[in-house]
Amino acid sequence: MSEQKQTSSRTAMAPRRGPGGHGGPIETAKDARTSLRRLAAYLKPHTVMLVVVFVLVILYTTLALAGPYLMGVAIDQYLSLKDASGLLRIVLLMAAAYLLSAGGQAAAGYLMADISQKTLQDLRRDLFEHLQTLSLSFFDQNAHGDLMSRLTNDIDAINRAISQNVTQLMSSVITVVGILVTMFVLNPWLALASLITIPLMALVTSSIAKRTRSGFRSLQKDLGGMNGLIEESVSGQRIISAFRRTEDTKQDFDAINQKVYESSVQANTFAFLLMPLTGIMNHLNIAIIAGLGGVLAVEGIVTVGVVATFITYSQRFTEPMRSLANMYNSIQSALAGAERVFEIIDQQPEIIDDPNAMELKDIQGDVIFDHVNFGYLKDVPVLKDINLHAKPGQTFALVGPTGAGKTTMVNLLTRFYEIDGGKVTIDGHDISKVKKADLRRQLGIVLQDTFLFSTSVMENIRYGRLDATDEEVIDAAKLANADHFVRHLPQGYDTTLSERASNLSQGQRQLLAIARAVLADPAILVLDEATSSVDTRTEVRIQKGLLRLMEGRTSFVIAHRLSTIRDADQVLVIDQGKLIERGTHHELLDQKGFYYNLYMSQFRGQVQPV
Amino acid sequence: MRELTKLRRYLKPYTVAALLTMLLMVIMVGLQLALPRMIQRIVDLGITPGNMTIVWQTTLIMLGIALLNLAVAVGNTILSVKVSEGFARDLRANLFNKIQNLSFGNLDRLHTGQLIVRMTSDVSAVQQAVRMVLTVSVRAIMLLAGSQILMFTTNSQLAVKMLPFMLLILVLILIFAGKLQKLFTAVQQKLDALNNVLQENLSGVRVVKAFVRAAFENARFAKANEDFTFQNIRALRLMAVLMPLMMILMNLGSVAIIWFGGMEVIQGSMTLGEIMAFLNYMMTAMFPMLMLAMIIGMLASSQASAKRISEVMSSTPDVQDQPDARQIKETSGRLVFEDVCFSYNGTGCAEPVLNHVNLVAEPGQTVAILGATGSGKTSLVNLIPRFYDVSTGRITLDGIDLRDIQRDSLLAQVGIAPQETVLFSGTVRDNICYGRMSASDEEVIEAAKAAQAHDFIMSLPEGYDTHVEQRGANFSGGQKQRIAIARALLLKPRILILDDSTSAVDVDTEALIQEALEKSMKDTTSFIIAQRISTVLTADKIVVLDNGKIAAEGTHAELIKSSPIYQEIYQSQLGNGLVKATEAAGD
Repeated sequence: MSEQKQTSSRTAMAPRRGPGGHGGPIETAKDARTSLRRLAAYLKPHTVMLVVVFVLVILYTTLALAGPYLMGVAIDQYLSLKDASGLLRIVLLMAAAYLLSAGGQAAAGYLMADISQKTLQDLRRDLFEHLQTLSLSFFDQNAHGDLMSRLTNDIDAINRAISQNVTQLMSSVITVVGILVTMFVLNPWLALASLITIPLMALVTSSIAKRTRSGFRSLQKDLGGMNGLIEESVSGQRIISAFRRTEDTKQDFDAINQKVYESSVQANTFAFLLMPLTGIMNHLNIAIIAGLGGVLAVEGIVTVGVVATFITYSQRFTEPMRSLANMYNSIQSALAGAERVFEIIDQQPEIIDDPNAMELKDIQGDVIFDHVNFGYLKDVPVLKDINLHAKPGQTFALVGPTGAGKTTMVNLLTRFYEIDGGKVTIDGHDISKVKKADLRRQLGIVLQDTFLFSTSVMENIRYGRLDATDEEVIDAAKLANADHFVRHLPQGYDTTLSERASNLSQGQRQLLAIARAVLADPAILVLDEATSSVDTRTEVRIQKGLLRLMEGRTSFVIAHRLSTIRDADQVLVIDQGKLIERGTHHELLDQKGFYYNLYMSQFRGQVQPV
Repeated sequence: MRELTKLRRYLKPYTVAALLTMLLMVIMVGLQLALPRMIQRIVDLGITPGNMTIVWQTTLIMLGIALLNLAVAVGNTILSVKVSEGFARDLRANLFNKIQNLSFGNLDRLHTGQLIVRMTSDVSAVQQAVRMVLTVSVRAIMLLAGSQILMFTTNSQLAVKMLPFMLLILVLILIFAGKLQKLFTAVQQKLDALNNVLQENLSGVRVVKAFVRAAFENARFAKANEDFTFQNIRALRLMAVLMPLMMILMNLGSVAIIWFGGMEVIQGSMTLGEIMAFLNYMMTAMFPMLMLAMIIGMLASSQASAKRISEVMSSTPDVQDQPDARQIKETSGRLVFEDVCFSYNGTGCAEPVLNHVNLVAEPGQTVAILGATGSGKTSLVNLIPRFYDVSTGRITLDGIDLRDIQRDSLLAQVGIAPQETVLFSGTVRDNICYGRMSASDEEVIEAAKAAQAHDFIMSLPEGYDTHVEQRGANFSGGQKQRIAIARALLLKPRILILDDSTSAVDVDTEALIQEALEKSMKDTTSFIIAQRISTVLTADKIVVLDNGKIAAEGTHAELIKSSPIYQEIYQSQLGNGLVKATEAAGD
């Protein structure tokens, strides 16, 4: 498989820039505007609802702000003047304002839940469906973890921004502006006084944030070291105890554990200081307002009600200020995430079929490679001038050192990649001119690294042909010699396989993959034999399953087992991308060439007289 | 809470600091609650009678309170972080020690992957809970109690009227918090399902493409996507209602205070300042209720973590030294299995993995063990270093029952290269020296040469100083196996166990390793498990295991004649064509 791992600039994407996370540096999108525009396009179907939400946000925020103002009025005009009926009026007015505000907020949140989640659903769908159209080389060239991260973490960052920040942003801005305007209208001096602490708070917050960030950076490093040691020494515990290194390992751990303790005390002390500090800033603010307000009230410049209103406002002012600061970070990382998501959506799909590509049905399985040339990279040929002709029902064994190009030949037959020169035909039809889906339906592929899904055994075999009945599935399993062990699983064919089928042995997984190929009933078979140490009896079983599968089908086997090679109609020896020898096993041995040497080195130890 | 309190002994060293943290928190709350009183004083004694001195004086007191609060808050934060981080450090250290002392059987039951989770996520979940209890919950309870008391002392009649309000809010919070938690758990499950589809689609991309299943996969994803979206909308909708509901209750509460309190002001039984203080206390009481709901949820989820940690802490190693166990220094290496039964689940001879095994290994002999997967080969050799103890029967070394020997002194006699090769991060030399750090360079090279590892190590840019990445990721399977063999050989053990440890090494190299072993390990009793028959041909004794029983025992020459199973294995590996091939090769 090593051939595919070569890098190509054609499909590799820019690597992810470090994880975000707590205290980490803020990421920024390279082209925030484009990402924003494209995200907005996803919101477009919900325009009407969004407008409704915005109206609701304006309504509920304004109404919520009216409360403290009305309270001030109540104190000054009705309590001070002892007007009970006026008090009732204003109290009812306040209650109505708060009720309406809460209703509006609930409605907006309710609608936004729908809008945001449907938008995200669409985005995820587009992303996934696009992923299905991408070529294999794309998957070869982009690290699995990176793709997964784009599909989960980045989408999640977008989700948070859309579901929370859209309304929060509006209401925070309205709240801040509304409070400021009201305060300045009520009394500019008092308003200025209550803003005094803001720069102070900004200063404290940013200096703490700076220390926290650097603290967390070194904590992250130490944590990485500690987790590495934990992983290594827990999974290697058996060896540690066998080699009597337990005490040393404990000492190593104590040292790094202490380091983590020290750096996390440093990072967390600052991080956890932030909350109480903002609270105290707020107290300071209240003290200033109460003091200055008191002086102004004694002087008769402001009323008691105004002071009460100011105190309430100052309590409601810090929260939106802080959330605006948080939102900036959150929106930035959402846009950076969106950029990475769109990067996938912008990838060129696999070469799509020619508009007049022909259908391919009911073939015999006559396969010709005619002067085929190919390279994963433009200037690095992997296969050079390959010629072969497999007649229906014949078995071809591909033999050669690792990296010789065996897997590549298979990749070309399946059109996972397109050839650079020459042509490949099936029953005389150039495969580059037939529909890809039709071509692959005629091919049955059993790969060395067997992939199974975490569904039932039944569903895994059925993957070969989705409309197969249960009986057909079981018949296929029988033919592949898998039926026996499947019946011994706890729930038989309904047994759910765990992730990557770790509850099955390597040999059992292969038998299931063979059953899957049997069910697909292809005219042409492609097999990559396993080299891993499967015990002899299972190996015999696999062998028998394979032989039955190969009956009457044109088969290409990347062969490791002597018996397969021996039974093949033709052995093709590939070295450095060239077909250097061909013939039956015995013919090739007699030639005493490359194959002879390969054979002797691989099986030498076994050659003992019986 | 029960599970969490089980871990409280790890807090013991921090008792004073923890109590001090809580005390400081109480002071903080007291200072915070004093604030509305001060405002009340400004309004009633300052503004209303026009007394400027009181206004100034009170303002200065308020500023002083804020500064004092600052100092207390800093002290509280420093202490609480020290306590919770120290607690976590000690817990990790204890857990790590425990895990390192466990036996193979314990590890099988606890699963390695899960142990790692327990040491990382679970410890930090419990640590969060400790910090929460120390700080936030003390604060919440004190604020709630304090503000209630102050409401009563300000105006008891009004406070009584407000009581139903407060209770209603509390009940609503608790109900919603429970509901929300359930909904979010469901969301998480749907998200896991969605990610699983993704993960599989990425890992299985070749299968998906080979079987032309893009449409099927799209449908599969669409379903998971829809489920997740639906569940998420449900949770978010509840959230959307919850927050405004809390706000409206709080705001209606303040409206009610203005109305009821206002009537009293009009009647002259209450002052303006009192109303303002009362309003402030009402607001103050709201947030601790929200906090408490959060804490309850968090404690509930950390319960599960605490339980998983306690589970590890309370497990005792399966294999332990007897109080009167003997220390051995010298041994001939004569090992005898006497009617040994073994099972992993403790059923002994009822469902045995090893079934009445009798086997004698003489000093210096090489015993090869053959058999299908699951026939008990690894189980058999794992009994020798007492990774597990026999269920019935006994194994003796020089006539002494292994269970009567101090395990450490037994291990000092055994060198093992296990089936699954484990290398540690460090240099190649570190890895080879792993069992004997004091080994000289010559000894290291000698061991590496015998394991046929020297040549490839020397071809590395930094030779023996080449860095080995975690899990040996920068080495091939065969290279890792050879380093592991060198590691075992360096011990110059009396007993050597190679558990299928050349499976990824090519036949030529394997033969060379065996040659070297024969030379350098003359006095060592060796147990060699192998899949390839070529590995075992020259052994002094070949043992064929079948379903936990010894099916045949003897040399190659004997077994090829007498044992049908051995013949079958031999045939399946070499095939009939070989005779001809051998002839053709003129061998």
